[in-house]
Amino acid sequence: MSGETILSVDRLTMRFGGIVAVQELSFAAERNKVTALIGPNGAGKTTVFNCITGFYKPSGGAIRLSHDDGRTIALERLNDFRIAQQAKVARTFQNIRLFPGMTVLENLMVAQHNALMRASGFTFLGLIGAPVYRDAEKQAIGLATDWLKRVNLLDRADDAAGNLAYGDQRRLEIARAMCTEPALLCLDEPAAGLNARESAALSELLLSIRNELGTSILLIEHDMSVVMEISDHIVVMDHGVKIAEGSPRQVRDDPKVIAAYLGADEEEAVAVMEGGS
Amino acid sequence: MTALSPKTASASRTAGIPAILKTAFINALIALVLFSLMVGIRTEAGSDGQLTYWTRFGDVAVLVAAVFGGSIVIELLRQWIGPTGAETLVPPAFKSGMSLVGRYLAPALLIFTLLVPVIFYDQRYILDLAILVLTYVMLGWGLNVVVGLAGLLDLGYVAFYAVGAYSYALLATNFGWSFWVCLPLAGILAAFWGVLLGFPVLRLRGDYLAIVTLAFGEIIRLVIINWQDLTGGPNGVSGIPRPTFFGVPLDNSDDGFAARFGLEYSATHRIVFLFYLILALALLTNWVTIRLRRLPIGRAWEALREDEVACRALGINTTTTKLTAFATGAMFGGFAGAFFATRQGFISPESFTFQESALVLAIVVLGGMGSQLGVALAALAMIGGFELFRGLEHYRMLVFGMAMVLIMIWRPRGLIGHRAPTVYLTKAQAISSDLVKEGHG
Repeated sequence: MSGETILSVDRLTMRFGGIVAVQELSFAAERNKVTALIGPNGAGKTTVFNCITGFYKPSGGAIRLSHDDGRTIALERLNDFRIAQQAKVARTFQNIRLFPGMTVLENLMVAQHNALMRASGFTFLGLIGAPVYRDAEKQAIGLATDWLKRVNLLDRADDAAGNLAYGDQRRLEIARAMCTEPALLCLDEPAAGLNARESAALSELLLSIRNELGTSILLIEHDMSVVMEISDHIVVMDHGVKIAEGSPRQVRDDPKVIAAYLGADEEEAVAVMEGGS
Repeated sequence: MTALSPKTASASRTAGIPAILKTAFINALIALVLFSLMVGIRTEAGSDGQLTYWTRFGDVAVLVAAVFGGSIVIELLRQWIGPTGAETLVPPAFKSGMSLVGRYLAPALLIFTLLVPVIFYDQRYILDLAILVLTYVMLGWGLNVVVGLAGLLDLGYVAFYAVGAYSYALLATNFGWSFWVCLPLAGILAAFWGVLLGFPVLRLRGDYLAIVTLAFGEIIRLVIINWQDLTGGPNGVSGIPRPTFFGVPLDNSDDGFAARFGLEYSATHRIVFLFYLILALALLTNWVTIRLRRLPIGRAWEALREDEVACRALGINTTTTKLTAFATGAMFGGFAGAFFATRQGFISPESFTFQESALVLAIVVLGGMGSQLGVALAALAMIGGFELFRGLEHYRMLVFGMAMVLIMIWRPRGLIGHRAPTVYLTKAQAISSDLVKEGHG
C-alpha cells in the first residue's frame, strides 16, 4: 500500500509547560485510506488530533496536507477554522459537540456555512432573497438530506439534535463533518459508548465514506473491532511517542504494542487483541 | 410518578415539629439580623445638622415574631398541601390555550399596534407611551441579535444607543443634514463602534465579556460628558431638528404638513408621524433579524451560542461572526438612538446611563432569549407595567421586582422560551428551551 500521501506528520512535538504530551512523532496517512491512531489512555492521541486540526499550536515539527490538485498546506501555521475552511480537514470530538438546541437539519446546514456564505453574497444577496442564494440553499438541503439518508436519520431531521439518542448523535456528528466536504476526516473515538450493533453500523458507514467518496480518514479509536476491521494502516502511540506502525495484522502481533496495552502480560493482551478482531 | 408522589408527600408530611421550629427559628434569626439595623436604629439629621438616632427595638421584636409565626404557618401549609412544582401551577388546559393564543398573538398585536393612533388619537399620553414602548421594543430586538442569537452578554448596549443619538444630533445641528440622511449614518457609526468594541473583547467570554461591555458603555458616556467642545458635555445638545414628512415639516407654517394636505393643524400629527416612524424602524429591525436568522450568518450566530469550538471545527470564522453580531445589534441601537434624538429634540448624557442597558437586557431575558414576539411582549410589560404602577409611587420598584421574580419562577427561560427552527424538511417543530443553550459570552 504505497499510495499517495495526504497527511504527513513530521517530528511533531507538543509540550504543555514541562509535560511533553507528544514527542517527535512522525507518521503519514495515505489518500483514500483509513489510518488509525491507537494507544492506551493518555498516550497523546487527542493532542495529535488537536495539533492537526489547529486547536493546539504545536511546539515543534511540521504537519503537511497535500491536496488532489498538488497544493501542499502547512497545517501548523493555520488557525483552527482556516484548517477546516481551506485545508478541508473536518473533525469530530471525543465528547460529542453538536448544536443541541438546533435541529438535526440545521446542524448540517451550519456545516455548509462557508459555501452558503459565498452563495448569499456575504448575506447581502441572501437578505434581498436573490435566486442565487435560494438555489444554493436548496442544494445545501439536498446534500444534508443525502447525509441524513446515509446515517439513517432522515425521519429525525426536524428534531432537536440534543434529543437524539447517543448513537444517533455520534452518527450525526460524522454527517455534519462530512457536510463540510472534507478531504481528510478526523474522527476522535467515534465508537465510544456505542453497542456492538451500532459499532458494526459505524464501521460500515466509515468504509462507505472511504470507498464511495474517496475521503481519507484518520481515526482515534479504542474499540479494536472497529479499528481492526476498517483500518488500512495503524499507528500505535504510548507516552507521546510512536511505538509501532503497520497493517492491522502487523500491529496486532507486535509485542511492544501488546506490552503497552496491558503491561508485560503478553498472553492476556493477545487475548484482548484477538477477541476484538 | 404516581407510585412515587404519595411516598414523597407522606415523607414530607411526617417532618416533625422540631424541624418546623428549626426552620422558623432560622428565618427569625435572619429577620433579626436584617431588621435590627434597618428598623431597629433610626438615624436622622438633627436641627443643627448633627446625627440623631433613636432605637425602635419594639418594632423589631414585632417583626421577628411575625416572621417566626409566619414561617410556622407556611411550613404547616406546605406540609398540608404537599409539594408544588411549576407543573401544578399551570394547568394543561391553560397551556394548550396559550399555544392557540400564541399562533394568533403576533398578527393580532401587529394589527392592534397599527391602529393605536386611530383608536387613541385624542390621548396624547397613550401615544407617547406607545412610542416609548416601541423604542424599547426596537432596542430589545436589536440587543436580541447580540444576546439572544449570538449568546454574547452585552451590558453596554446603551453605548450604541448614545452613539446613534449623538450622531444624529451633532450632524443635524452642525451641518443641518436631514433626518433621512442622518439615520443611516447614525446606524453605520454605531455599527462601527460595535466593531471597535468587538475587536478587543472577542477573546473574552461570559462574565469577563459582560464586564468589558459594561465598561465600554460607561466610557462612551464619560467621553460624552467630558468632550465639552463637541457634545456640550452635561448640558447636552438642544435644538435638534424635528423629523420631516419626507421633506415636508410637520409644523404650523404655510408649507407645513397640515397646510399642504389641507388639514387643520394639530400637534398630534407629529406624534402620529413619530409613532409610525418608530413602528417602521422596529418592524425593519424585526424583518431583518428574521431574515438573518434564516441566512447562514444567523445560523452561525446561533451555532456560536450553542458551541463555539464545534463552529471553529466546521470552518466558521468565529471572529467575524461575532463582529457581525455586534455590528448588527449596534446598528439597530444606533437607529433607535437617532429616533430618540429627533423625538426628544434634546439629548444629554443622563439619558444613556447603565440603567437603560439593564432595562433593555431585562426585556430580552424576560422575553425569552432569541424570541422576537417574547421581546415585544416583555417590552410592553416592562415599560407599560412601569407606567401602570406609577400610582404606587415608591412601592413601584417593589411590585415590579416581585413581578419579575414570579415570572422567572414560572418561566425561567423567559415568556417565550422555545426556539423555532430556521429550516425544516417536513414540519417545523418548536425546540424546547431545555435544550437551547444561553451561550458563554
